[in-house]
Formats: sequence, C-alpha cells, structure tokens
Amino acid sequence: MTRQALPPGTLDDTDRQLLNLLQEPLPLTAHPFAAAAAATGLAEDEAVARVARLREVGAITRFGPFLDAAAMGGAFCLCAMAVPPGRFDEVVTLVNAHPEVAHNYERQHRLNMWFVLACERPEGIARTAARIGKETGLKVHLFPKLKEFFIGFRVVA
Amino acid sequence: MKLDATDRRLLAATASGLPLTLRPFAEVGTWLGLPEAEVIARFAALQAAGIVRRIAVAPNHYAVGMVANGMSVWDVADEAAEDLGARIGALGFVSHCYLRPRSLPDWPYNLFAMIHGTSRDEVEAKRQQVAAILGPALRASDILYSTRILKKTGMRLVEGG
Repeated sequence: MTRQALPPGTLDDTDRQLLNLLQEPLPLTAHPFAAAAAATGLAEDEAVARVARLREVGAITRFGPFLDAAAMGGAFCLCAMAVPPGRFDEVVTLVNAHPEVAHNYERQHRLNMWFVLACERPEGIARTAARIGKETGLKVHLFPKLKEFFIGFRVVA
Repeated sequence: MKLDATDRRLLAATASGLPLTLRPFAEVGTWLGLPEAEVIARFAALQAAGIVRRIAVAPNHYAVGMVANGMSVWDVADEAAEDLGARIGALGFVSHCYLRPRSLPDWPYNLFAMIHGTSRDEVEAKRQQVAAILGPALRASDILYSTRILKKTGMRLVEGG
C-alpha cells in the first residue's frame, strides 16, 4: 500500500463521491452497486469500472467484509516496550520472529516499540508476552482493550 | 452466533476481498457452489451478529491525502471515561478509539484515539478538539507518531474451533 498522496488530478469529483459513498455499508442485495451508481449519475457497470480503476491506482486498498476479529474467535492485545536505542534492531528481530506479532510500529516516545499480538486463544497472549520479556530482558506492557468505540471514522476523499 | 463450516469457507474465500463486478455475491457463490441468495443471506446473518462489521470499500487514506496520523493518548478520570470515549470515537477524524488499562508508573493513559489528517498541524488541531471535549475529566495527554512500520502481516483468520 502506498503511503503517499496520489498525483493531483488522479481522482475526479465523481471518483471522490464514489469513495465517500462506498465507505458506508454496502446494501446486501444482488446489485449492491446500484444505489451508489444512481447517486453519482452513472450506469451500474460504469460505477463498477470506476471502482476497479480506483483500486488499480491505489486509492482503494480493499473492497470486502470488515471483520470483528474478536467475534471470530482469537485474542488480540496491544503491547509496548521501552527499547534502549542501541538495542533497537536486535529487539526488533527477537519480537518479529514470533508469528503471533501481527503488526509492529516504532513510535516517538520512551515506549518506542508498539506491537499487536494475535493469538488463537486468550492464554496465548500472556504466554507470548512472557516469552518476549524473557528473550529481550525488557518489560512488556500489555494494553488489552477494555472497551471499543468504533463508529464515526470516514476518509473524506 | 456459531459459525458453521460454510460461513468459515465464505469468510476465508472473501478475506482478501470481494470481486469488483456487477454481482459480486453471485460470483462468490460460483466459487463456493452456493446460490447468490444464500451468500447474501449468510453475510446478512454475519453482519447482524457483528462478526462482519460491514461490507465496504477501504480507501487508502494516504492516497487521498490523509498522510498524517498520530496515536493520541489521554489520562481521563475513570468515572467519565466510557461516556467520553463514545464521544471521541464518534468523531469523523478518529479511526480507532479504545479504553485500555494504565500501566503505572510508566504509562498513565487509559484512552487511545487514532487521529488522521492531511498534515501534522491538522492532527494537532484535531487533538485540541479532543482535549476540549474531554474538558475537566482530562488530566494528561500525549501523542505518539509512528516513525517506522517494523512488521505488518495483517490479520490471519483463526481456523477451526
């Protein structure tokens, strides 16, 4: 996925309108693009072709179901460590070697390494965190979600 | 809701996305040997159960110009945190908002909100909007910008169970 803005002019107003509309839940019908096509004044096949182009140029990363990972089974936990700068690369290697580490980000803070553990069973979280703590000799802070507020975000294209 | 084998096949087959065609549910049906109406009915049931949040397009927010994002973190009085968290999560520029335990003494913050904008200045301005909503319940805050992605494998579907 590109982390850069597209060149100016890549998207026209209709493309932007489609991007904004299609972030809303798609109607679960045989012709799920019909409403967005009608709202943008396009024929249904034109709308689908535009969306396909938006995916090709990288304006869309994904079209499909968004899953609630926890509802699928499995356990997730955000973790953080304060890694001494001189040991950063060594610790990255140790942490990333665990398949349970789904993402890992360097952030500007004393707690400078933030990763998400994804395990099949809840007990896997504590076990993996303890293993990482032992291997690195660093404290692993666990930040499990207590409550999620997940409603409003839409990208304004 | 308990997923059956067909639900699992449906989710596995569409984990990387749906086909961009006029009738995507019909095409998924041909992959799996299911009638279009059954694909639709199963997605509707999964959505009603909250397993599928929604079927939609995920724009690349970097590509459309939202190139700045920061993990804002807040120490909010416990008794007010749930109500305020709901208000912060409803903001259009906040993508993920969670209540999490503090890790004292290193980490006093209990509310996490990912803020997106077109520049770091815009993210900072939005952070001020969040602070204004939190009002007197707010004791301390910080914002952490990511400097590097060290690993990103995405979510794997947990099979079986």
